[in-house]
Amino acid sequence: MDILEGEKVTKFFGGLAAVYDVDFKIKEGEIVGLIGPNGAGKTTLFNLISGSLSTTGGEIRYQGQRISNLKPHQICKLGIARTFQSVKLFGNISVSDHVFLGSICGTTSRTKTADAQAKSATLLELVGLSAKKSELAKNLPLAEQKRLEVARALATEPQVLLLDEVMAGLTATEVNAFTTLIHQIRSRGTTIVLVEHVMQAIMAICDRIIVLHHGVKLAEGVPQEIAKNQKVIEVYLGTDAYAER
Amino acid sequence: MDHSTGLLKKGVFSSLLVLFLATLPFYMPPYTPLAVTSILMYVVLTVSWAMFCGPTRYMSLATATFFGVGMYTSAVLGERLPFPVVVLCGSLVSFLIGLLTGYICLRLRGFYFAIFTFGLNELVRNFVLWWEGRVAHTVGRWVVLVDSLTIYYYMLAIVLLTVLVTYFINRSRYGLILLSIGEAEEAAAHIGINVTRYRILFFALSCFFMGMAGAVMATKWAYIDPRIAFNPVLNFTPVLMALFGGVGNMYGPILGAGILTLASEILLSRFPYYYMLLYGILFIVIISFLPDGLVGLTRRWRKASS
Amino acid sequence: MSIKLIFDVAITGLIMGGIYALIAMGLNLQYGVARVLNVSHGEFVMVGAFITYFAHKLFGINPLLSLVLCGPMLFIVGFFMYRTLFQYLRRTSVSLDVFEGRSMLASFGALYVIQNIALLWWGPNVKAYSYLNYPIRFLGLTFEANRLAALMFTLVLILVFYLFVVYSKAGKAIRAAAQNEKSAQLLGINVPAVLGFCFALGSLLAGLAGSIVSMMQEITPLIGFPYLIIAMIVLVLGGAGNILGSLLGGLILGGVTTIVMYVEPGLSLVVSYVIFALILLIRPEGVLGR
Repeated sequence: MDILEGEKVTKFFGGLAAVYDVDFKIKEGEIVGLIGPNGAGKTTLFNLISGSLSTTGGEIRYQGQRISNLKPHQICKLGIARTFQSVKLFGNISVSDHVFLGSICGTTSRTKTADAQAKSATLLELVGLSAKKSELAKNLPLAEQKRLEVARALATEPQVLLLDEVMAGLTATEVNAFTTLIHQIRSRGTTIVLVEHVMQAIMAICDRIIVLHHGVKLAEGVPQEIAKNQKVIEVYLGTDAYAER
Repeated sequence: MDHSTGLLKKGVFSSLLVLFLATLPFYMPPYTPLAVTSILMYVVLTVSWAMFCGPTRYMSLATATFFGVGMYTSAVLGERLPFPVVVLCGSLVSFLIGLLTGYICLRLRGFYFAIFTFGLNELVRNFVLWWEGRVAHTVGRWVVLVDSLTIYYYMLAIVLLTVLVTYFINRSRYGLILLSIGEAEEAAAHIGINVTRYRILFFALSCFFMGMAGAVMATKWAYIDPRIAFNPVLNFTPVLMALFGGVGNMYGPILGAGILTLASEILLSRFPYYYMLLYGILFIVIISFLPDGLVGLTRRWRKASS
Repeated sequence: MSIKLIFDVAITGLIMGGIYALIAMGLNLQYGVARVLNVSHGEFVMVGAFITYFAHKLFGINPLLSLVLCGPMLFIVGFFMYRTLFQYLRRTSVSLDVFEGRSMLASFGALYVIQNIALLWWGPNVKAYSYLNYPIRFLGLTFEANRLAALMFTLVLILVFYLFVVYSKAGKAIRAAAQNEKSAQLLGINVPAVLGFCFALGSLLAGLAGSIVSMMQEITPLIGFPYLIIAMIVLVLGGAGNILGSLLGGLILGGVTTIVMYVEPGLSLVVSYVIFALILLIRPEGVLGR
């Protein structure tokens, strides 16, 4: 079943087409990678899906329902959550309260405080931040901030999770840890779309990859196909990480 | 352990303070409750201002407007309804106008909100002036008289109410929600928070208390006209007091209002001519040199000495 | 509806529009470029009016000549204010948002300082002077010479400023800095100097507007505030940072408020505000905003 689809999605900023005529279909339970050079329109596409931006043209559907011009909080409640390219945490709020907030605000029924707190403990366990639950978010190192963002997003019980460059700025060890985490999230039943520049991670994790360039869909397919795709190689110049494979 | 004894200390101190204030008229000269009433008024205005503007980081410059609306409600209804009902009406009218104002300008960035609220006072003042002149054929209004002791206890009750409501909101999930809106609005929206709705609701709530105070204080001043009721100074004074005290927590606004009102009473009696000029200079000095307020200052001292 | 009435409304509308445009452009320079929402801007208008008044009363200086006096004097005051107060605030603020908040509040303090110095020094009483108070016959109708002179000077000032902003190198630098500070810096524009200059230029415009105001109405130290409110409305209408938007917005609002003033005098500010609220509901970036 296509849980998330886009049809001829277009976004103009003045005269500039950030995203143009992009089609995509994401099946339930998939992990789909969204790659492309800087400025290709990946984050814009995420913004269109999550409701931060409204589409200029085309349509985005979630579980068959049109979500193109809904507000972010409505889309969250329907079941799409995301993280941000530059981490947007609530600096003066504690780690556990972040997840607590996600839990009570992101779900459609009124959640009891005790339930939300229990859920937040579980999620913090999942991302490995249980020890730091009373710490203020602004005091965390980057890798932990990113994991907190993921935990907060998961607290809203999404069916689809959008991860925007969640591995940027992480060490190789941290990247591996995150890869494991993403697999664990998928195994809980969440569909994942991730924007990444870290090639090794994308190739290892994703079932399918969509390539954007200058706002247009350049290619789509399984990782092996994409790695051999001439157009993609030209556009990307290739990183050592996957050229070696 | 530390946290709960701290809480106990604060609870005991607050209770003693309230007890002291409640029994004040019995052992202080009659002038004292009158003076304290002014302080209580500023505390209400400052705490209600900070209730919304503190966590959300939106700067409302329309405190005088909602206070004035409460005053006018009192003036209009004072003759016909019992005092407690009048006070309630004053709060409700302010609340409704707060909802309307919020609906117009709280979906926008802080800059537009600040400008809109800034001019709102002039708008309402002009409108009321026009209406009073053209439709009601009057300049000012006399407000039904209430004895100063009643006014004192009403204000004390309002302070308690405002502070308690603020306290419980801050501790609840709504306090967290408000804070998250101020910290990272876009992220808050993405975890399911209807940012605009919360802003409008809590803004209107803060207006509720401002209107309540206005309805009571009108009876103290006995005669009001648009110039008195919608005095622009009252737009900025609570802001200054909140910033002076520090907007980080609840005690800052209370402290700021208390200290500055006392200081200004002293200034007013000593330098009646230069009072406003000194007020302006004080404003600039506080903004320039005390950016985190007293609370921030004490926090820095504590960090430095540890 | 006589022809005379139409002309009266048109002339007054244009003069008021010109005054509003000058004040709003000044405010826009200060906010759009220097990022200071200068709430004391209205007081600069008031001071300009008083300088013109005293120049006429004490030294017999022609009010239209006072424009040359007023502008530079208020430029200096504005420059001084920026360099001492706002530059300090900018340095000590952690972010631009914080700076904008603090500078607005500080300017409120400045409002009270300036207004009260004026009240203490010049007294609260209404002052006025008469100048060029003779009639001129034109097209079979009678007009007061002073109003025609005010109109002429307002239009000239607007035109001069428009040409400056659009065609001169300095004007272009200012518009660039208003639109995008970082890019302007990359283009070699000395932004810190431009900030102070623009702020002071804004004060100059306020002073010039004040001069013209003194020709049109009686003055007291309290006249500044309503002009500030109008300027803020025009600022939003035209778009913050859009200098030409403020020019156009001021002229339009001047026309509208004048018409309202002839119909129902007490409501002109109310009408401006309702327009403001409607714009905020429909198109917050301003009708002409970027």
